[in-house]
Amino acid sequence: MSSDTDAKLVRMANQIAGFFDTQPGKDAVDATARHLVEFWDPRMRAQLATLVEQGGGGLSETAHRAAERLARMQDA
Amino acid sequence: MKDFIIPWTDDRDLGTPAKAGPPVTLTIDGFEVTVPEGTSVMRASALAGIEVPKLCATDNVEAFGSCRLCVVEIEGRRGTPASCTTPVSPGMVVHTHSDKVRKIRKGVMELYISDHPLDCLTCAANGDCELQDMAGAVGLRDVRYEGTENHFAVRQNGEANPRYVPKDESNPYFTYDPAKCIVCSRCVRACEEVQGTFALTIEGSGFDSRVSFGARSDDALASDCVSCGACVQACPTATLQEKSVIELGTPERSVITTCAYCGVGCSFKAEMRGDTVVRMTPYKHGKANRGHSCVKGRFAWGYASHRDRILNPMIRDSIDQPWREVSWDEAIGFAAGRLQDIQAKYGKRAIGGITSSRCTNEETFLVQKMIRAVFGNNNTDTCARVCHSPTGYGLKTTFGTSAGTQDFDSVEQTDVVIVIGANPTDGHPVFASRLKKRLRAGAKLIVIDPRRIDLVKSPHIKAAHHLPLRPGTNVAVMSAIAHVVVTEGLFDEAFIRDRCDWDEFQDYATFISDPRHSPEATEMLTGVPADEVRGAARLFATGGNGAIHYGLGVTEHSQGSTTVMSIANLAMMTGNIGRPGVGVNPLRGQNNVQGSCDMGSFPHELPGYRHVSDDATRAIFDDLWGVTLDSEPGLRIPNMLDGAVDGTFKGIYVQGEDILQSDPDTHHVAAGLAAMDCVIVHDLFLNETANYAHVFLPGSTFLEKDGTFTNAERRINRVRKVMQPRNGYADWEVTMLLANAMGAGWTYTHPSQVMDEIAATTPSFANVSYELLEERGSVQWPCNEAHPDGSPIMHVDGFVRGKGQFIVTEYIPTDERTGPRFPLLLTTGRILSQYNVGAQTRRTANVVWHEEDVLEIHPQDAENRGIKQGDWVKLASRTGETSLRAEITDRVSPGVVYTTFHHPDTQANVITTDYSDWATNCPEYKVTAVQIGLSNGPTRWQEEYSDQAARSRRIIPAAE
Ligand code: SF4
Ligand code: SF4
Ligand code: SF4
Ligand code: FES
Repeated sequence: MSSDTDAKLVRMANQIAGFFDTQPGKDAVDATARHLVEFWDPRMRAQLATLVEQGGGGLSETAHRAAERLARMQDA
Repeated sequence: MKDFIIPWTDDRDLGTPAKAGPPVTLTIDGFEVTVPEGTSVMRASALAGIEVPKLCATDNVEAFGSCRLCVVEIEGRRGTPASCTTPVSPGMVVHTHSDKVRKIRKGVMELYISDHPLDCLTCAANGDCELQDMAGAVGLRDVRYEGTENHFAVRQNGEANPRYVPKDESNPYFTYDPAKCIVCSRCVRACEEVQGTFALTIEGSGFDSRVSFGARSDDALASDCVSCGACVQACPTATLQEKSVIELGTPERSVITTCAYCGVGCSFKAEMRGDTVVRMTPYKHGKANRGHSCVKGRFAWGYASHRDRILNPMIRDSIDQPWREVSWDEAIGFAAGRLQDIQAKYGKRAIGGITSSRCTNEETFLVQKMIRAVFGNNNTDTCARVCHSPTGYGLKTTFGTSAGTQDFDSVEQTDVVIVIGANPTDGHPVFASRLKKRLRAGAKLIVIDPRRIDLVKSPHIKAAHHLPLRPGTNVAVMSAIAHVVVTEGLFDEAFIRDRCDWDEFQDYATFISDPRHSPEATEMLTGVPADEVRGAARLFATGGNGAIHYGLGVTEHSQGSTTVMSIANLAMMTGNIGRPGVGVNPLRGQNNVQGSCDMGSFPHELPGYRHVSDDATRAIFDDLWGVTLDSEPGLRIPNMLDGAVDGTFKGIYVQGEDILQSDPDTHHVAAGLAAMDCVIVHDLFLNETANYAHVFLPGSTFLEKDGTFTNAERRINRVRKVMQPRNGYADWEVTMLLANAMGAGWTYTHPSQVMDEIAATTPSFANVSYELLEERGSVQWPCNEAHPDGSPIMHVDGFVRGKGQFIVTEYIPTDERTGPRFPLLLTTGRILSQYNVGAQTRRTANVVWHEEDVLEIHPQDAENRGIKQGDWVKLASRTGETSLRAEITDRVSPGVVYTTFHHPDTQANVITTDYSDWATNCPEYKVTAVQIGLSNGPTRWQEEYSDQAARSRRIIPAAE
């Protein structure tokens, strides 16, 4: 995986989390995770999970926690 | 009503436009006729089957009453009134063929013919001339005024005839020959009423009056004329005549079909002689266009027979080799073999495909079917990704369905229109003409666009408000408008309580009422004066039926989906949903963007917008197709390219799209394509993407196949084959060849079978069939048990999702910022005569209007940099640079530059970045931070690019 596409994934995840962070009365982490499951192909989600394992540099808090939740869902 | 009275295949000219009103009964030549109040006596007669001779009347413009050929006698009235300007009244008794009126008509014709050249046999309109027909109809046998003054003789009495004006042949598609003009003014009225351009006038008076393209210009080409052809169609004589008819002769048969350019989806009569198209005439019962068209659909079809068109399949092992022409068998076998090898080596998900928004629904359906059922993954996407995917997300979230809410007829009942991020006069010309007609009748217009688009001010039209926002601040402006509506109590409480969730609206209202959203607070950010925003908000909320029309200037942003939702919020809070005259209307770019989305082109959605994870939906397809579909979403175009760069995505089938030219960040796209083992391009021409392809499969044009397109109003229109595919196969057949080579076993023999499969699997299409389309002409989905006649307007009794949902839309600035290195904002768009990447229009005479892409720069920015009109300037962003010529204009605001992306030599997308919409990855074309400076010509990259392109286009013909 190139660091270029890694950086892009991080930016995309942050953008999604950024939107859901602004939604009142909603669990932003859950909404972000669901958006990722709905729109990202499995390989992209796995790549994001790997990034989180490696420390998740650059991910916003919501994006980070959503990615962790995804990783757990993937393991399950 | 009119659509039911007149069968949709009858396109006689009834003389004057249809009217709506209570029924009125009268007697014409002894027959009783009942017509709507306001109908002319001429039209009533025509409806009763009685033709009254006419010259200056035609049914797509209002009557003028100048020729006096249509006179009739009416019992109890004095004289002989013109039937075209006389409305019917109850009990009226009309005689259309009395001796008295016959004599008058003969006299009128005699006068006309005395000033008309009698070269009928060699005239281009011979057999298609109303003057000729009328001379016959009134029984004109001799003309007594020979030798008097006239307009047609080049010389008279041995001297140059001062009245003679030579033919104007400057327009590439039609001629104007004043010698044949009868000054009926049908052309002038068509230009005003139908097209709304006001390019033509009648100059002079009496015997000296003649048609003019405006005093300011010498000829038609230099005038304001936009070459829509409405005047040519209206002209009863050969005065305004298509050059194609002059060259090829008059047509002998016609076939109704649909324009393949933009999302308006105009219906046309393809008028043929043998298998040659002689002309395309907009079809008057086409419900999208009502008999009108633009220059592209009417005239720019020559690309179908352009010499650049590739007609034989070609392959090569690697992209540095020249192309080898091969048989279809060999090309398909080669492609299938490579794709299968890739899957064996890198896994099932290592290949994918792109459906085309230019191809038919049936073709698109088959491409996604091949990817899902034969490739065995969901890696399907479409060019709609890069234009309207945020519409899908935004409208589905708020309303429950991914489509515009209205039909185009709806604009006739609109009182206030917001046009945001769209330039209809260039992008959607026929819709623009219909909108302008409504604006001239008094509707109000609000334009939200960084550029002063033509609609802001054009003849007889002026926007009430133009909000020239900084690119990238759509959400802030829409929020400011909503702030005014909510805080000033202008929202429609009854509608919200009834149709939406009141508590949810309360949350939204709390959010939007915060002073940080006020027009005053956001003025610095958006650059739009606060009082303009307040004025616009008040006008929209209180001005009657409010409709919002938007385009790519809304979607192609990092907050594209959010802006779509803010538009939906505004429509809901002002109660503007669910009836004629209102609604949210995305203006779709390409002809079948709507259809390609409907047909399941997106990687997460099966046909009919059903998520791939939905077991029940997959079961329908699993059963019918005998496969097990993947339940995980696939890759979107940008993700495929990222995967290619990373080495996990290796093969792609691209039908009818040029991703290298149309997608953002050209360098990245090129790197992705170059990294793949098998790129299959299926297209008409060797497009830019084909420079990186291993297999080229020649495509067919819309004239060469059967199918359907779905326009921006969800209208399913038939495309009909008028000639055999020059490349041998229609595009759906080519996809089938490839699928079958990979083991599909498909046996379709006609696209109607594909439509039957769509109807059987997709609830919103359940009642759609070719039989229904034959009978109705067209139908708007949803069309099923619940809506057997289709659905001109959506969400009439309730939102598709139940309650309309208000979404909080916080403005989040894009990461793309101006700074010292890149201080200007570039935004992109299109112009009338060219279409998208221009592959088709660049191969027609339309190039006379747009030879190259230019960069619009505000005079102030230009002066600071010493740039003058026409100078070569270098345009640079953090991703790349290109050069093009400068156009200095105050249409753009200071700090903003603008260009189009129609020409590969410019490659404006070298500049655009890979930033994208948060929800859908739709690229952020509309905002790029750039710097400009003087340059000497094309950049080195542009030169290298053309070299590389030329090299990769070498072809070794097949040995005979
Ligand atoms: S072609 Fe269209 S714009 Fe031009 S003069 Fe005719 S009607 Fe007007
Ligand atoms: S150009 Fe044709 S339509 Fe126009 S006034 Fe002359 S004859 Fe009539
Ligand atoms: S390009 Fe669009 S507006 Fe023009 S004729 Fe075709 S469908 Fe109609
Ligand atoms: S057709 Fe009625 S006056 Fe010309």
